Amino acid sequence: MPAVSKGDGMRGLAVFISDIRNCKSKEAEIKRINKELANIRSKFKGDKALDGYSKKKYVCKLLFIFLLGHDIDFGHMEAVNLLSSNRYTEKQIGYLFISVLVNSNSELIRLINNAIKNDLASRNPTFMGLALHCIANVGSREMAEAFAGEIPKILVAGDTMDSVKQSAALCLLRLYRTSPDLVPMGDWTSRVVHLLNDQHLGVVTAATSLITTLAQKNPEEFKTSVSLAVSRLSRIVTSASTDLQDYTYYFVPAPWLSVKLLRLLQCYPPPEDPAVRGRLTECLETILNKAQEPPKSKKVQHSNAKNAVLFEAISLIIHHDSEPNLLVRACNQLGQFLQHRETNLRYLALESMCTLASSEFSHEAVKTHIETVINALKTERDVSVRQRAVDLLYAMCDRSNAQQIVAEMLSYLETADYSIREEIVLKVAILAEKYAVDYTWYVDTILNLIRIAGDYVSEEVWYRVIQIVINRDDVQGYAAKTVFEALQAPACHENLVKVGGYILGEFGNLIAGDPRSSPLIQFNLLHSKFHLCSVPTRALLLSTYIKFVNLFPEVKATIQDVLRSDSQLKNADVELQQRAVEYLRLSTVASTDILATVLEEMPPFPERESSILAKLKKKKGPSTVTDLEESKRERSIDVNGGPEPVPASTSAASTPSPSADLLGLGAVPAAPTGPPPSSGGGLLVDVFSDSASAVAPLAPGSEDNFARFVCKNNGVLFENQLLQIGLKSEFRQNLGRMFIFYGNKTSTQFLNFTPTLICADDLQANLNLQTKPVDPTVDGGAQVQQVVNIECVSDFTEAPVLNIQFRYGGTFQNVSVKLPITLNKFFQPTEMASQDFFQRWKQLSNPQQEVQNIFKAKHPMDTEITKAKIIGFGSALLEEVDPNPANFVGAGIIHTKTTQIGCLLRLEPNLQAQMYRLTLRTSKDTVSQRLCELLSEQF
Amino acid sequence: MQFMLLFSRQGKLRLQKWYVPLSDKEKKKITRELVQTVLARKPKMCSFLEWRDLKIVYKRYASLYFCCAIEDQDNELITLEIIHRYVELLDKYFGSVCELDIIFNFEKAYFILDEFLLGGEVQETSKKNVLKAIEQADLLQEKKQTMYHSKSFIGYKRAY
Repeated sequence: MPAVSKGDGMRGLAVFISDIRNCKSKEAEIKRINKELANIRSKFKGDKALDGYSKKKYVCKLLFIFLLGHDIDFGHMEAVNLLSSNRYTEKQIGYLFISVLVNSNSELIRLINNAIKNDLASRNPTFMGLALHCIANVGSREMAEAFAGEIPKILVAGDTMDSVKQSAALCLLRLYRTSPDLVPMGDWTSRVVHLLNDQHLGVVTAATSLITTLAQKNPEEFKTSVSLAVSRLSRIVTSASTDLQDYTYYFVPAPWLSVKLLRLLQCYPPPEDPAVRGRLTECLETILNKAQEPPKSKKVQHSNAKNAVLFEAISLIIHHDSEPNLLVRACNQLGQFLQHRETNLRYLALESMCTLASSEFSHEAVKTHIETVINALKTERDVSVRQRAVDLLYAMCDRSNAQQIVAEMLSYLETADYSIREEIVLKVAILAEKYAVDYTWYVDTILNLIRIAGDYVSEEVWYRVIQIVINRDDVQGYAAKTVFEALQAPACHENLVKVGGYILGEFGNLIAGDPRSSPLIQFNLLHSKFHLCSVPTRALLLSTYIKFVNLFPEVKATIQDVLRSDSQLKNADVELQQRAVEYLRLSTVASTDILATVLEEMPPFPERESSILAKLKKKKGPSTVTDLEESKRERSIDVNGGPEPVPASTSAASTPSPSADLLGLGAVPAAPTGPPPSSGGGLLVDVFSDSASAVAPLAPGSEDNFARFVCKNNGVLFENQLLQIGLKSEFRQNLGRMFIFYGNKTSTQFLNFTPTLICADDLQANLNLQTKPVDPTVDGGAQVQQVVNIECVSDFTEAPVLNIQFRYGGTFQNVSVKLPITLNKFFQPTEMASQDFFQRWKQLSNPQQEVQNIFKAKHPMDTEITKAKIIGFGSALLEEVDPNPANFVGAGIIHTKTTQIGCLLRLEPNLQAQMYRLTLRTSKDTVSQRLCELLSEQF
Repeated sequence: MQFMLLFSRQGKLRLQKWYVPLSDKEKKKITRELVQTVLARKPKMCSFLEWRDLKIVYKRYASLYFCCAIEDQDNELITLEIIHRYVELLDKYFGSVCELDIIFNFEKAYFILDEFLLGGEVQETSKKNVLKAIEQADLLQEKKQTMYHSKSFIGYKRAY
């Protein structure tokens, strides 16, 4: 048995641990543990009072047993007793047990909180430390309620010891993370910011974490931290490696603190004060320079710490996205790492470059590394590194290299790990579509995808290829020919049969002139696959057959024979049987004209967000799908062949077009359109069924009410005989908070009252909404409040829908309204002089950046009201800027989590014609479009 | 940081620290899944991997794996050095630490960790300051000798 080590050894504990280790089997271990549990139980229950040491020992044994993975249901009381011991080691074990094993036994929580309170008040720094550690480890709501008010005081008190300050800062951070509503902002916040100047680097380290988290949620309040963080960082990066003594880690001065400071700065845009900005740029340059210096040590810890700071600096450079020089240097540095012998660095370089690729300044620089990245895809031995290479290729892809990248991804797919195949398939499908100049290439690529990785080709992918072929008549003949050839393979994937069946059913006539693909040959080819396929595919093929009856009268009899056979008409599957019966009947009774009408070619699909993109976003989260907006625009141009992008209409959610979903193709908007199309088997059912929807359609008048909130934040959103919904909201930078008040106008209780926020798929990625459920009962005459925390991640078009369901009397009530969270809420006004305004106006002269609308005035043209509306819209109203005093101009910045978008607007009234001309120029086309739509509705 | 796990090559969990509230069931599930994933990786592979919506940073010291789960924006390399600094702290405290030290003195391993990391964030990076805090508890106790037969993480275990 090994001897006990240092400190206050507990011999009994060591013996017990040894015993457990010597157990030969799981059973023996359990037996030993049960024996020990019985022993401890009897000691705890025994008449003899235990001394502190024994109590500590037994509590420690229980803890050990729990950590082995066994349940512990007693001993909590003894642990709580230890908390009030005067001996440090006993108290310490008590706290450890509570931290690991706390449960919400309310009686105990009270006792624990009491002990903590005593220790916090003890003024003994070691006891205070233990108490703070315990709060930080448990971090429960009860503890937040008890201590969230107290800890800030400890943190900023002048006489608090440094080590206690450190614990208090991080303890507060933990409480803020679990219960932000319980941590009051106040005077202490400004004093916390000044901890960045503290002499003790440990205090600064702890405080920086706290400030970063608080600043993310309250940027305005912590704004002063920027200049303090910059000067602190500057002092660190310019210090000699010995200056910081114990805070220097393998010759790198304070790497943890440097990383944290750089993280804090990423909560803010580049500093406005030129001096601060210059100093920060210097810091970043110094960090980049140091990367080129020879290492001060061969130890991996040295290079890791140094590069940790470097990568964080690069993240900040990318976040600011404003200094082309730094961006390009960052890119070159990462380029060097791409070929580094350390796998870790190659991995991180690939990851970091992915974000660089989306900056317009560095996109081209990233592209120069394409060969290295392709090589990584082929030669890296670690799948997680290859995955990063795939991500980067996806991010750097544009029209110039799409063919190469898609070809490389396809060839990688042949041997790719199963875990990442589906994602690669989605990426290839998206790139092929987005950058297709020649749609025959697109069709070839997708068919290749199905051939190589058919099992990983999801429905969304093959739906999409069909949508595109149907919408583009120049590719239909080629598609028919290609699928026909692909189907010749003796073994082909079922997904190919689906695509082939659908396309030949629509466009088989385009290749029927060739005797090698005559109607009968086409039919026989498809039918030879029929019996090997699953029910949904067979159902689809039956639809193809009836389409053939219309396209090719000469095979009608053959097809009728097939439909008439027992295996179809008496098929055990209801769907197949029904199709066979109905199609057979249709082919017999309908005249040629009627057949031709019923079985006409599918109309073009209305454009909407690609279901594939939506799926990738869902899989990977919004951050990795970088240029969604751009891809959306490009696609709508490509597919529809029209010059104008089709704006994603806000009313799309409220005006479902059922015809579009006839065959269940395409994405389902999450908003109240109706039931999701059943996949596969129910293909045709959708046409006939008219099932009720779970979510009510938008309430009448909702649209008007919605528009009223564009320029204001408070008011009544909805009202009927039963219910009134009021709103109060506030926005700051990319964050907002909305209070929703539900008033019961009746004298009867509402039961099962459930408000739900619904975001359409693409909105979800761009707008974060967080809220808690409200009490399900609302008394007569009462009002309940719900708080929604809002974070704008990226610019967005749709609005969330608020659905409210409840029971009133015996009836079920269901109301939906659009929630007025609109892009302009995230405006920060910007004042500027006339000269600046027009200079920026000229800079935004790219045709996509400007959106203009000329419209008739809907309200009396009153100058003062117009001014108020522009201010309410969120932009600054700039006086004496436009040479024509009748015009209005405004400027502001839209804040999103990912980026900031500068916006300029100009409104020119024409009193005689009672018209307005509104022009929006912003750095992002989707933003110009959306702001113009929103503002045009206001006058 | 969301959590830190220490486990042996045989997959035995030696230390677990959770900085986010999770049920015991969920903790066990996560542990099982991660131990399996990390143990399946080959020695030369990179120390980072994506797992659910988190990033896993791990490193092996002798017989023991140290494994941290961090969030998307967190810095992988600095996390790797958090692990190393923790190993150094253990090493300094125990004197050439090995797995057995952590088994038999698990409570000390937790105390040291709490001084170094709190609420998932680095509290104090100075080795001196962390150990000063820990050794206060031991001040009155005479230091006893250790004699284990297990390979230490850094360098070689001194034989007493």
